[in-house]
Amino acid sequence: MGIVSPLGLGLEHNWSRLIAGESGIGRIASFDPSDLPAHVAGEVPGGPTEAGGLTLSDWVPVKDQKKMDRFIHLGLVAATEAVEDSGWKPESEEDRCRTGVMIGSGIGGLQTIYDASITVHEGRARRLSPFFIPSALINLVSGHVSIKYGFKGPNHSVVTACATGVHAIGDASRLIMLGDADVMVAGGAEAAVCPLGIAGFSSARALSTAFNDAPEKASRPWDRDRDGFVMGEGAGIVVLEEYEHAKARGAKIYGEIIGYGMSGDAYHITAPAEGHEGAYRAMQSAVRSAGIAVSDIGYVNAHGTSTMADDLELQAVERLFGDAASQVAMSSTKSAIGHLLGAAGAVEAIFSILAIRDNVAPPTLNLDNPSTESVIDRVAHEAQRRQIDIALSNSFGFGGTNASIIVRGV
Amino acid sequence: MSEIADKVKKIVVEHLGVEESKVTPEASFIDDLGADSLDTVELVMAFEEAFSVEIPEDAAEKIATVKDAIDYIEKQKAA
Repeated sequence: MGIVSPLGLGLEHNWSRLIAGESGIGRIASFDPSDLPAHVAGEVPGGPTEAGGLTLSDWVPVKDQKKMDRFIHLGLVAATEAVEDSGWKPESEEDRCRTGVMIGSGIGGLQTIYDASITVHEGRARRLSPFFIPSALINLVSGHVSIKYGFKGPNHSVVTACATGVHAIGDASRLIMLGDADVMVAGGAEAAVCPLGIAGFSSARALSTAFNDAPEKASRPWDRDRDGFVMGEGAGIVVLEEYEHAKARGAKIYGEIIGYGMSGDAYHITAPAEGHEGAYRAMQSAVRSAGIAVSDIGYVNAHGTSTMADDLELQAVERLFGDAASQVAMSSTKSAIGHLLGAAGAVEAIFSILAIRDNVAPPTLNLDNPSTESVIDRVAHEAQRRQIDIALSNSFGFGGTNASIIVRGV
Repeated sequence: MSEIADKVKKIVVEHLGVEESKVTPEASFIDDLGADSLDTVELVMAFEEAFSVEIPEDAAEKIATVKDAIDYIEKQKAA
């Protein structure tokens, strides 16, 4: 597994900072946000690789960097960590053909499109880089990963806004179940912390603006003072493998995907339906496909974006768990890293697997005064040590698309 | 080496990320310097920009080596 996020670079580095209750949110540094309503975001920190910072030249050759938007850079960094962590190095042509890639993004190369638009607007269309299109296309993370490693199996990508990461991992696991591949590199990558991205989500009244002077407090899921989500950037990538295939080669197995459910709201382009009933159905479908009882689930990584919709998700989770609600812990790790849009679901699925590995529920930062009381423990402020055998992770996207995934330790 | 040749060499080094010593006049962008077809399109654009010349597509297609580029630009500049 591999992660690059506002908490830095690397799986264990991210996890230990998350569990320690640290925040990756700050004032936007990559450009001057003064003219925009929202001034805060979660940006991947620079710095030496050994210290958990991103030094891009350690991962992508300098001459290739300009051929890719930042979301592809981040996807490649996390994919490299994941593939190397998995130890999967297919030597034979057959093995390479049985290894595929499905890495998505919610938005893709937004800054690249912005820059190219200006070039054309200025009457310099003939000066547009031949790398503009392949730099902006969402499926090019999958493309670059396949080229780097020679993975010749299904090469696919997902674009379902903020549900992308879960859909990518869920769909990739289904491809393995259907026999299309033995190994799939899957996840999401996003880099939309740029003027156009911040301005666009601001116009949709989706971003927090009340904490511009206290960035670390801006992402506060379920808290009564929350006022919108905080955008984050990064990537989360996993290597999925057919169980017997992984066992036969003695692979390090973090966990097993046992359930996956999807639904559509058929309601509104940005707002979730009443009672988040679409989320309820996605979770219900995931539980059904896992063949477990809801009471088996020890931890829920919520979509929990720090918007009004948090309480609707809470309602849906309470409804799903019924009498078992008081036994489950649910937190939103977006409180620490912000909303990674198309990468969110993948990063959060990874956090869910690590929660099982270490029997620790990561905290929901800034949950000072819940706007709604609940019997569900939302792990306010500090991580909790507790028995977690099975975890569920939610991701919901604009357009009314919902995805839930259930993972178990092995 | 002419000023044009120096500048061409610099652009090639920068865009293809190759050692300066490899950028000999005879070096082929694709065969010797690791460029692909998109790299060569971008290189020609960089030459156009740097030397304020127009390199039409049919001429660009004939620019395969460092020397081809230098000769073409020198000819345009002399005209």
